[in-house]
Amino acid sequence: MPASESILPAKSTITNDLPITTIKPSSGWAALNLREIWDYRDLLVTLATRDLKIRYKQTVLGVLWVILQQFVSVLIFAVIFGVFAQLPSDGLPHAVFINTGFLCWNLFNGVTSRVANSMLGNSNLISKVYFPRLLIPLAGVMSVLIDFVITAGVTAVFLFAFKIPLTLNILALPFFMLLTILIATGIGLVLATLNVQYRDFVYAMPFMLQVLFYASPIIFPSSMITDKLSTLFAENALASWFGFLFTLNPVVGLVEGFRWSLLGKSSLTPAMVISDIIFAIALFAIGTAVFRRFERRFVDVI
Amino acid sequence: MFSIRAHNLSKAYRIYHTATGDRQLHTYRTLREDIMWIAKTAVTRPSDFFQKRTSEMFYALRDVSFEIGQGEVVGIIGRNGAGKSTLLKVLSRITEPSGGSAEIRGRVGSLLEVGTGFSGELTGRENIYMNGSILGMRRKEIQRHFDEIVAFSEVEQFIDTPVKRYSSGMYMRLAFAVAAHLEPEILIVDEVLAVGDLAFQKKCLGKMDDVSKQGRTVLFVSHNMQTIRALCPRCILMKQGKVVLDGDTNTVIDIYNREVSQSDVDARTAITDSRLRRGSGEVRFSGIHVKDVAGNKPTFFEMGSTLRFELSYEVFAPVQGISATIVLKSGRSGEMVTSVKHVVTERRLAAGETGTFVIELPKANLRPGEYPLYFWLGKSTNHPYDVVDGLTAPLMIQTEKSADELSFDPSKPFGIFDIESYLKDER
Repeated sequence: MPASESILPAKSTITNDLPITTIKPSSGWAALNLREIWDYRDLLVTLATRDLKIRYKQTVLGVLWVILQQFVSVLIFAVIFGVFAQLPSDGLPHAVFINTGFLCWNLFNGVTSRVANSMLGNSNLISKVYFPRLLIPLAGVMSVLIDFVITAGVTAVFLFAFKIPLTLNILALPFFMLLTILIATGIGLVLATLNVQYRDFVYAMPFMLQVLFYASPIIFPSSMITDKLSTLFAENALASWFGFLFTLNPVVGLVEGFRWSLLGKSSLTPAMVISDIIFAIALFAIGTAVFRRFERRFVDVI
Repeated sequence: MFSIRAHNLSKAYRIYHTATGDRQLHTYRTLREDIMWIAKTAVTRPSDFFQKRTSEMFYALRDVSFEIGQGEVVGIIGRNGAGKSTLLKVLSRITEPSGGSAEIRGRVGSLLEVGTGFSGELTGRENIYMNGSILGMRRKEIQRHFDEIVAFSEVEQFIDTPVKRYSSGMYMRLAFAVAAHLEPEILIVDEVLAVGDLAFQKKCLGKMDDVSKQGRTVLFVSHNMQTIRALCPRCILMKQGKVVLDGDTNTVIDIYNREVSQSDVDARTAITDSRLRRGSGEVRFSGIHVKDVAGNKPTFFEMGSTLRFELSYEVFAPVQGISATIVLKSGRSGEMVTSVKHVVTERRLAAGETGTFVIELPKANLRPGEYPLYFWLGKSTNHPYDVVDGLTAPLMIQTEKSADELSFDPSKPFGIFDIESYLKDER
């Protein structure tokens, strides 16, 4: 083989200064090794593009599906809940109101479920080669971000059609996106770990996400809940208690944050923002810690 | 200078006792099982409840130590379940050891089973880049080797086709090409060459030789003893997760073969490994012995001597008649060289019956070499009761005759059958 021969002289310099890897059983909680992830950044990009390719390769409409899905679900929900059920929408057109909710929810839902299913979906890769396992869920997050850009485009169309002017609030959107991604990734990583161990979560997860969808102010404003609570338990401690429970759902603050950034008004309260910042830091830390703690067992179990 | 240094490497798996009382290897569980287990223990053995869940450990690797120098080519042999693949997995960092440690100098390119780290949806081209980045290479470095990899793998035409449409041969060729050309300092190859055709196998072995000449280390697992002999000067024999022998290849293989021929195959040996044992199971071989005329079980048979195959069977479900086939395979290529088939009985056999029969090959004119054996028990070709494929020691033929008495060079026997030939009418 002349081709391989030609590179021999240059490459035959194997020296002592090669890095030595020590393989030994690890124990306890491992820290997030950002350095290693950075070293594998090429693989991260490859895995993310692969995710996208796999999803769109054999579809005729490709990316159009994402747009279509967004449009159709917004229309259905706007008609049912806006026109027929006449739910309040903080004085905004229903289509715009619901679309913004979907923009946030799709990002949250996409990241959570992609991350949660990432390890099972790549068992073939995991059991054959070594690389930092965290790359797989992270690549999933990256590919969801591409989808997000597309649905953001749909949102822009809605805003334009309903003549909603953008305000300086939009500058806060990346911040709320970041919160959404951190929270969703944290939850997703815990679910991914559980998924490997207990296949029950494969079935339970869509159901749990659906419950969360209806518990979040996506098709209704959170003011609707708080208003209702105050009429039900007038001046009762119970009202604030239930209100507190409602805002414990991290998605509430995220959706309201998106609305505040894009539509200029919403039922966002400072308490929601503060609790979501705490949620983001805590859940992401817990998620990565749990994942890193159990990743070494994945291969033996998957 | 060492390339791989393993020190008391161990890998244990936990075998759980499930609620239903089954033993299962630590695999995925369902919440239901775990809840059931907790509930059951709480009711039936409350005293056990606070103790650790009952489990026993299965050691796939146990205190494995060795040192491999840089540029060495080392073969690893052993029966299925001896821990060879687990060792390679630990050294490639796919799974973590449970004890001990190993030091590895440089990058490890591993080719474990077919299609290491390939993604079916991606094209050959994309997979080459992905594998390169898994090895920690930058795009530029991969580009340098791209043409070489494609040329070696012979898949030029299909390089932009998703690899899921590749034939298993193409898949394997590309996988090998990627692993061997991306210049890892250590190349780990697990029993994969059996997939490709003969010409490609040769090419791969040649490449592995090249790789070692560049000062890279090669670790090679195979059941093909002839390949190991040809490629690896040093060989490690593993048994039940331990290194039992480490040394000169010819010595290690001879000892291994002797050991395999002494261990008997019964109705349950390797029954879960479809590569070695298949069939519907109504009847199973309960004993396989290859003997000479005197009834001994030699490691080597003299060329041209009589081979007696003493085969026993056990009936597990009623059947009508049994036929048996013995196939000799080529030690080099694994191809079937010849076969003999006999109807053992045509009568109806009831469950629980056992029997023994002998198939004799008088004056088997096989040239010196290694012949893996394949035994078949069944009714018709498409209904095998039992297939024992390469589970027993291969038939080893040698000759004590000198070159003058033979029509070939005994040190380099070529071909399989020794056929008679005479020089006549010399003019």
